[in-house]
Order: sequence, then C-alpha cells, then structure tokens
Amino acid sequence: MKIGFYPGCSLTGSSREYNESVAMVAKALDIELVEIKDWNCCGATAAHSMNEELSLSLPARIMAMAEEQGLTEVVVPCAACYNRLKVTQNELEDEQKRARVVDILKQPYKGNLKIINVLQLLEAYGTENIKAKVIQPFTHKVACYYGCLLVRPQSILKFDRVEDPQSMDSLIKVIGGTTMDWAFKTECCGGGFSVSRTDLVAKLSGNILKDASDRGAEALIVACPMCQSNLDMRRGAINKTLETPIDIPVIYITQAIGLALGIGAKELGLKRHFVTVEL
Amino acid sequence: MHCYQCGKCTAGCVLASEMNFPPSYLMRLLQTGTKENYDKILKSNSIWLCLNCENCVGRCPMEIDIPKMMDYLRTQSLKENKQHPDSKPIVAFHRSFLDSIKYTGRLYEVGLIAAFKARTFRFTQDLTIAPGMYLRGKLPLFPEKINDRRIMKRIFAQTIENVKTDTK
Repeated sequence: MKIGFYPGCSLTGSSREYNESVAMVAKALDIELVEIKDWNCCGATAAHSMNEELSLSLPARIMAMAEEQGLTEVVVPCAACYNRLKVTQNELEDEQKRARVVDILKQPYKGNLKIINVLQLLEAYGTENIKAKVIQPFTHKVACYYGCLLVRPQSILKFDRVEDPQSMDSLIKVIGGTTMDWAFKTECCGGGFSVSRTDLVAKLSGNILKDASDRGAEALIVACPMCQSNLDMRRGAINKTLETPIDIPVIYITQAIGLALGIGAKELGLKRHFVTVEL
Repeated sequence: MHCYQCGKCTAGCVLASEMNFPPSYLMRLLQTGTKENYDKILKSNSIWLCLNCENCVGRCPMEIDIPKMMDYLRTQSLKENKQHPDSKPIVAFHRSFLDSIKYTGRLYEVGLIAAFKARTFRFTQDLTIAPGMYLRGKLPLFPEKINDRRIMKRIFAQTIENVKTDTK
C-alpha cells in the first residue's frame, strides 16, 4: 500500500512522537508514506481567524503540490491540518473562490485529491490485517478522545458519528483494549488557545481528564497533536484547576497500535511525553 | 438568517460562560439588524473566545454556520479597529504564528513563542515547560524552511496584506 503523506508543522516539532509512531506503524504494516514535496503550513486557526483568502490559499498550495506530484490520496495525521484541507477543498468548489486562489498560487489546482485521517488509513488497511499482526495485546481500559476537528463539521468531513464516534474505539478493541462510554469524547480541549489563554485550556482540558479518570480510564487515546499537547504538556496548569491531580497519560492511537505490534516504547516516542507513560 | 433561538448552540458552547454574550444571543443581536447591535458584537469578546470547535453548527437544527460567521466578524472587528481587550493575546498569537509561516513556509515554534512574548510582554510565561520540551526533543532550535518561499510572500501579499485597513 502506497499513499501520500502530509505531516504538518506540529509533527516536525512539538508533536514529533506522533510522526515517529505513524512512521513506525506504517512500516510495520508495509504502508509506504510518500511525503508531499516542499509542503507548507496549512495556516491552522490563525489563518482562518484573520483572513479568509489566506486560509484557503495555504491549504490549496499543499494540495496543488500533491497533485503535481501525481498523488491521488493523502493521509493527514494532524486533525487540525486534516480539517483545514477538507474544509478548503469544500470551499473551493465555489468557482469564484477557486479562480481567485489559482490566480494567487499561479499553479493548477484540480481539487480531486482524497484527504483522509490516520484512523481512516488504518481502517482502509483493514482491522483484520492489523489484528493478525498483534504480538502484544493492548490490555488496557482507555477513553478514546476524538476532540473537535476530527469529526466536525460532519457535513464536510463525512467521517464517523458526530456525537459518539466509534472508529478509534473499534481500533482499540482490535488490538485487545477496552473502551468506554464517557461524556467528553468530542468536547473541545481549548485547541489553539494553548499559549494565548492557557487558563481556559486548563479548565476545558481538566473537565475532559476528570471525566475519563473518574470512569477508570488508564489512558486517553487521541489522534490530534493539539489535543495531545494540551492534555499532556499543560498537565501542570490543568492539575491546578482540579481538586485531585490526575496522572493518566495521553497517547496517540498510533502509539497504542505500535505497542500492540511489538514496537518499542522509545521508537514510538513514548518517552517524549510530559506525563510518564507506563502501559 | 433562520435562527429561532432554541439555544442549542449556547448549551453546547464550552466557552459560553466566559463570553460577554453567548452564541444564541449573538444571533439575536444580528437579527435585529441595527448598527448599534452590530457594533456591540464587533466590540465583544464573544467573537474572539470562539474556538471554532464547531459544536454549535453540528447541533444547530437550522445548520447555521456560526463558526464561519465568527471568522467573518473577527475580520470585520479588526478592520474597524473595534477589538475587545480580551482579543489582544489571541490576536498576538495569530499574528506571531502567521509571521512565522510567511518567512519560512512552516511554523517555527521557538520563533512563534518569542514573537508572542515580544507582542504581549509576557516574558516569563512557559519558562517552566520550555526546558522540558527541549529535553524531550520537542523544540527544534532552528526553523525548517521550504524551498519556494516566494510563493509564501505572494500568498500573504495578495491576501492578508492586501487588506489596507487591517491595522497592526
């Protein structure tokens, strides 16, 4: 299996363990990831909060580069990038907007690239195929946390159930884990306010961690670098908002699967977390 | 605008309690169509505190795209220079973020934080987590640059920098 790959900025910096675990799992499953040449930042929240044309042009260039390279399908592990690329593709179905963006880029843009997230990649690979490769069952009770950008807006992303998504839960069950029903599966962690309004992130992320912890989760499983860094790196600030500090780790779905496939904790970047991972 | 004030957006908004007025109230203000109420919106912190988590639009029975409206209202608020003081750290972050992309094509986190601190005078913020990030290999000290940096300059010049009233 061969597929285009857009890492996005976080995966080259503060969330490099996500990149490492995606790469290790892909290798173990014989999936070849072809990185988009000379890719740029998707603009994230900053771009769409400040200027619409900017927020469309940045993702459009990424997709135009992928098209130029002959890619037809691209996996985007970062939920925020995935969301921006999908939303832009949808917005650019409008002829006027597309013409304007093409005029800025001076590069052809077809708009027929298939953009998928990491859960969809693993689903496409086949849960039975993953199951067959499990060496060390992931026998833990965990809370799958999807956050916002992986599932909303559903009318555009058309991925999973919007209020109670199941794709990550299914993958955890495939590798031998137990998942749970809980209240904060798709609540916002505070996302892009990590630096500008850490106080609000601490409050929102605290609610999420507390519910998961109260229900006996050994870990939170995520597929978004912003959720991961808010819930992990900001744990000090979060715990100040809680009566009892919470020490359950927050790991990526690819790290959980990697462990089940017998890949070492270090190779999966599990030593890079702020909250110690002992799973 | 077909909002009938059911309040689902407000009920699901994680930051409604922090806002001058919650999303459903904002919708009602817009419906009145008066200049005064429009001004009230542009000057509110509500438009800046919206995280674009998309919960409201996901639950809206009329499928009103409130987050997209928030994007528009923020841009208008900047154009008319009516930003609420609460917007300061948020806008400073966005600008620092965009500056970084403009010059290198990719986000350079060290540069982002340095620029944010310079804009907000929050020099001591996060001093405790930065060493931890560095030790965990999460804070590369040098920026990654894309080859075609001219395209970034052109994109910025023709979009955000093209808005003449967009004050710094």
